[in-house]
Amino acid sequence: MEIAKLTDVTRVYTVGEVETHALRGVDLTIGKEEFTTLVGPSGSGKTTLLQLLGCLDMPTAGKVLINGQDATGMNRNERADLRKGTIGFIFQFYALVPTLTAYENVELPLLLIGKKNNHKARVMELLDAVGITDRAEHRPDQMSGGQQQRVAVARALASDPLLILADEPTANLDTENGEQVMEIMKKLNQETGTTFVFATHDPRVIKYAKRVVTLEDGKIIKDEAK
Amino acid sequence: MNYILKMSFRNLARNKRRSFFSALAVAIGTALLLFMSATMRGEMRGSLDLTINLRTGHLQIHTEDYKDENMSLKRVDMIEAPLDISKQIEDIAQVKAASPRLNASGIIAFKNETIGIQIIGIDPSSAANIIYQEGLVEGEYLRADDREGVLIGLPLAESLNMKPGDTIDLIINTSEGETDEQRFTVRGIYTTDTPGYDKATIFMPLEKAQTITRTENYASMIYILLHEMDDTAAVKEAIQAPGYIVEDWEEMNKLIILVEKLSNAMMFFFNLMVLGVTSTVIMNTLLMAVYERTREMGILGALGMKAKQVKALFLTEATLLAIGGVLVGLAIGVPLVLYYAQVGFFFGDMGISGGSSFMIGNSIYPYPTFGDVISVSIAALLITILSGYYPASQAAKLEPVDALHSNN
Repeated sequence: MEIAKLTDVTRVYTVGEVETHALRGVDLTIGKEEFTTLVGPSGSGKTTLLQLLGCLDMPTAGKVLINGQDATGMNRNERADLRKGTIGFIFQFYALVPTLTAYENVELPLLLIGKKNNHKARVMELLDAVGITDRAEHRPDQMSGGQQQRVAVARALASDPLLILADEPTANLDTENGEQVMEIMKKLNQETGTTFVFATHDPRVIKYAKRVVTLEDGKIIKDEAK
Repeated sequence: MNYILKMSFRNLARNKRRSFFSALAVAIGTALLLFMSATMRGEMRGSLDLTINLRTGHLQIHTEDYKDENMSLKRVDMIEAPLDISKQIEDIAQVKAASPRLNASGIIAFKNETIGIQIIGIDPSSAANIIYQEGLVEGEYLRADDREGVLIGLPLAESLNMKPGDTIDLIINTSEGETDEQRFTVRGIYTTDTPGYDKATIFMPLEKAQTITRTENYASMIYILLHEMDDTAAVKEAIQAPGYIVEDWEEMNKLIILVEKLSNAMMFFFNLMVLGVTSTVIMNTLLMAVYERTREMGILGALGMKAKQVKALFLTEATLLAIGGVLVGLAIGVPLVLYYAQVGFFFGDMGISGGSSFMIGNSIYPYPTFGDVISVSIAALLITILSGYYPASQAAKLEPVDALHSNN
């Protein structure tokens, strides 16, 4: 089953009179329960591809289907609606809301999709899954980088999305924390069937991947299952 | 919506000092507007009260040709048998006092000084003139049968270094177009706390004023005070008589009413200026917040927060600042206004002349109203919330993909 399908996708950024071709005619299909890594040198188009998969950005040409819905041409609010409950994000810089506790950060996607009640069990279950229940009432500035990234993983899973996109999730973590976060995501992938797509340079991430898609100069040059 | 409120609260708490000073700007603006509107209202109200109590009364009867500013002493311009008419009017239940007055112009000579003044002949026993008895600071009040005594205003007495018992010469116009000069004794010194009026007005018993001006059994007007101002129209209707004109306080105080309207218009622009400064502070605070939290807006957008929810977040922050600021403003402003409404501001002589139709006392007593508190609060709330609209719109416009790449 296809979670996401990109067909002949091009993304050109224009700054002044300078055009930068971030993606050049990319075709990519992401299936259910995949644990896929996008790799490639800086500027190869990994992050742009991830943003298109996440409907944060729109292609200059080509088509983006997410869970069967054509996201191409959707406005900001329609894309926000599509993301809610379908796509979760994990960012390189943890990206927790600094004024909210770990519990509240994980709860936030549930509130945004309009779930009013019975959050507690779900949030605590997720915090338990990432091994951070004892930090539930702590704010981001009271937690280490590894702890914050675990909260970010729990938050990405909160609305039970079909697809989780992670941009350099271990880039700011030491080896031990990086391994722990990857182990958690691998376990969740196996237990819940949630699809994960990573953009990374990090060999620690690549070694966990079931599929590695290699980009260079905005094109997919290799797509191999492991 | 609760999570928006919670996040807004905590966002304001992030930078407590900045939020405090922003709310303080709203508070100072609110307190200032409340104070100014109460002071302006008090000034206008005080001026109208003084002018009614000292010069015009609630109602005034005079002949068709009498002009107050000319102080005509021709019998044809004056009211005959004024005491009889006054007594009839006093029988009306709504009337507090009705009393004849005779206005004449003259010159006071004391030692080597001469000063132009207005002489008013009054019935000392009438309740209409009790204000002068109550305002006596030295000496005695007038008696109706006193043939030589006058009451002098405190500023005039001070400027001429005069005291009760001193003798003065008065040169007074008469109905025959001539002048008469007589010697009087200062019986007492009064004050109405209206320097412009007190330094230019001398009182003597009506009968003596009639004698010296050759207008026996005549008066310039019947001066009428009512128990309730609201009864003006009814009493005016009841005392109409052929050959006489009855003027009410509104007709006689057109200038004050005009100035009050003008001051209300000025207050509107003053309010706009104060609230404009306040809203600029709030707008600046929230724009700074949008700038500082750009990446966070990207994260929230990526999580599925819609533009209208982002806008609601910033508008809620503006609303919280507005509510906090207005409450503190009221907590400062209301007690301050109530205190000064009791003790007043002393300004002294503002240089308004005695002949002016605009009486201003030496103190201003702010007059707060519940309506002012409500309207100032609503205006401050609305302007502050509206000032958050532009920053909120800017935040809502941010595309998550761009915001996520921001360094802030």
